[in-house]
Amino acid sequence: MRSVRRCAAISLAATAALTLAACGGGGSASSTGSAHVTLTWWNNATAGTLKNVWQQAATAFHQAHPNVTIQVEPIQNEAFTTKVPAALAGNDPPDIYQQWGGGQEATQVPSGKVTDLSKYTSSWIGEIGTAAQGWQVDGKQYGVPYDLHTVGFWYRKDLFTKAGIASPPATITALDADVTKLKAAHIVPIAVGSKDKWPDAFWWEYFAVRECSTATLKSAMKAVNLSNPCFLKAGRDLTSFMNTKPFQTGFLGTAAQVGAGSSAGLVGNGQAAMELQGDWDPGVMAPLTSDKNLNAQLGWFPFPTVSGGAGAATTVLGGGDGFSCTTGAAEPTCADFLKYLDTPAVQAKVVSSDVGLPANSAAASALTMPALKQVLQYSHSVTYIQTYFDTAFPTSVGQALDAAIADFFAGQGTPQSIIAAVKASASQ
Amino acid sequence: MTHAETAAATATNDEPAVAAVQSPRSARRPRGLRRTAELVLFLSPALLLFVGFVLLPIVLAAFDGLYNWTGFGPLGRFTGLHNYALVLTDPVFREAFTHNVIIAVASIALQLPIGFGIALLLNRRIRGRSVVRMLAFAPFVLPYATTAVMWSLLLQPGGFVDQIMKQIGLGRLVQLWLANLHLVLYTMIVVLTWQFFGFAMLLMLAGLQGIPAELREAAALDGASGWQTTWHITLPLLGPTIRIWMFLSIVGSLQVFDQVFIITGGGPANASATMATYLYQRGFASYEFGYGSAIAVIMFIICFAFALIYQRFVLRRDTRGALTRAVG
Repeated sequence: MRSVRRCAAISLAATAALTLAACGGGGSASSTGSAHVTLTWWNNATAGTLKNVWQQAATAFHQAHPNVTIQVEPIQNEAFTTKVPAALAGNDPPDIYQQWGGGQEATQVPSGKVTDLSKYTSSWIGEIGTAAQGWQVDGKQYGVPYDLHTVGFWYRKDLFTKAGIASPPATITALDADVTKLKAAHIVPIAVGSKDKWPDAFWWEYFAVRECSTATLKSAMKAVNLSNPCFLKAGRDLTSFMNTKPFQTGFLGTAAQVGAGSSAGLVGNGQAAMELQGDWDPGVMAPLTSDKNLNAQLGWFPFPTVSGGAGAATTVLGGGDGFSCTTGAAEPTCADFLKYLDTPAVQAKVVSSDVGLPANSAAASALTMPALKQVLQYSHSVTYIQTYFDTAFPTSVGQALDAAIADFFAGQGTPQSIIAAVKASASQ
Repeated sequence: MTHAETAAATATNDEPAVAAVQSPRSARRPRGLRRTAELVLFLSPALLLFVGFVLLPIVLAAFDGLYNWTGFGPLGRFTGLHNYALVLTDPVFREAFTHNVIIAVASIALQLPIGFGIALLLNRRIRGRSVVRMLAFAPFVLPYATTAVMWSLLLQPGGFVDQIMKQIGLGRLVQLWLANLHLVLYTMIVVLTWQFFGFAMLLMLAGLQGIPAELREAAALDGASGWQTTWHITLPLLGPTIRIWMFLSIVGSLQVFDQVFIITGGGPANASATMATYLYQRGFASYEFGYGSAIAVIMFIICFAFALIYQRFVLRRDTRGALTRAVG
């Protein structure tokens, strides 16, 4: 009997505790002023050099501001997809989190948990240049980039030489000819990681960037509308390009960045001659191959021009990585920290970890790889940076576009079906 | 994970608590009152957890499904049952559901004979029995993600599987296991079978241990052959075990996510998509939380309806027997 009663008491206590826990919660409000401030920082650097760079940055910021502690919490890149919505819906989001800007950021802003940083950043954001606009929503700065990206072709000089290709192609016609030459030399011309969908999207998007004028691109992004015929032409260009069968066998099942069998791994190990990818690709390839001399073998060229296309050859597809602060974070401390990440000293370290081009071009000299210097030089000469469509569009539309392009790569779509998918998703 | 959850779910469905309340009819009133008080006290933590973490989320999801909600800020535009209608008419969802059904049927068709065969073999005293048992059960114990990563490496074009097939003279049969739209679902079925046949084996092995040896002996004395004994004695007596395993297997097949998501992401062109990968793609990756909630609710209804029908028509005789014994 006694034990029964004690048990009953315990379960009553447990019930009460649960109820209390449910009612309580939340409440790690960061203090302001001279009191001690802790900022939790969700970033995607779970491995490699960048992880150390961020840790060093957090430590250095703490040393300069002893009342501020930055708690670094690296989170696997893909986990942000589920963690950020959950965090912004809850009462206790991280103070700083990974932000890719564009339509995704615009989708997050209505949560009311993302801080408008405009008044803190207005004095210095000019140093970043026009790229910072990618992290604005309705002209307000809700995020700050720490690196910028440019998509183009990474190719292996040794395989090009072997196939008798003297210089990288400047036009699609020349690219077609090079594909033929590489095939004749029994070399896989181009690797693509179709399993991940977004690498497929790069292809369609770049044809669109070459076929459509800058004004058309800008208005299409704003209106979330691809009705201009140039987007249909992009699909037709892609159809005829894919008819040359330029990709590796079984590309539909190939991942982009994971494992030696990924598209990055194939190029890194000399099993394919080139890949249309972001500037981060050498950094992705390095751990996937034992070739220590890889960087010397890699060359870069921009997406070739399409004859008759309305797009300028100086237009580039790109994007970048950045951070946002949430409304619970102490200001201006959080904004100050983001500013600190864009100072030339930190930027130089970011750049040396091969993750991308510096957001602050003052750190450009820290780039060591010749091909990356070439990418940076090219990106400074461009007249317009078109953000990846899936990031520029609202997230649901961007994902629908990626899926439609991936279906197209799998032979389950037409140039029209890509346009139709965007239209259907945008009208939902 | 899904297996454990469903096992727990079926355990609670037997409702021993109800039986316990009804049994002491002779008790005097104060004792009855006290008993009720005790029950309330003991059950309340579990009940609170159940309501808070099972019932409430389901109700909330059904509610969120009525809105065009991005997952951020207020619920947005009320669209009634529009999301539910969209899900049910989306060809991708229908394709995914068909894939789930194919996986469920194939799981039973493959894992039942394999599991039963190995269980029969291991029920005898043979050399190295425990080693074989461990090996057969090992895939089930592996984390799903580990299995998925391992198989995606093995199945690369020109990878381990292709090399082995070439070595044993089957090089002509080598296919693009993950890139062929017509094949990829069946590749996934092989992976799922590899992972889960050990579970079928383990359950049936446990079931076999419960069959008295005397029955087989008696049948043998009456002149039944080994095959006849297995077919007419062992298999029928293993019925309850097989039926509960089939239940777990089908529910697991309807909810399969991890392996498919990691190996193919549901692609190429949705050729290996399941309801759960479709849910992830639309709910999380596309920030369509209202739509995703609608998918989740429809998935729940499908699983729940199946569970009810299966319990009513297939499991009834098994659970009833168990209940009468417990109460009586």
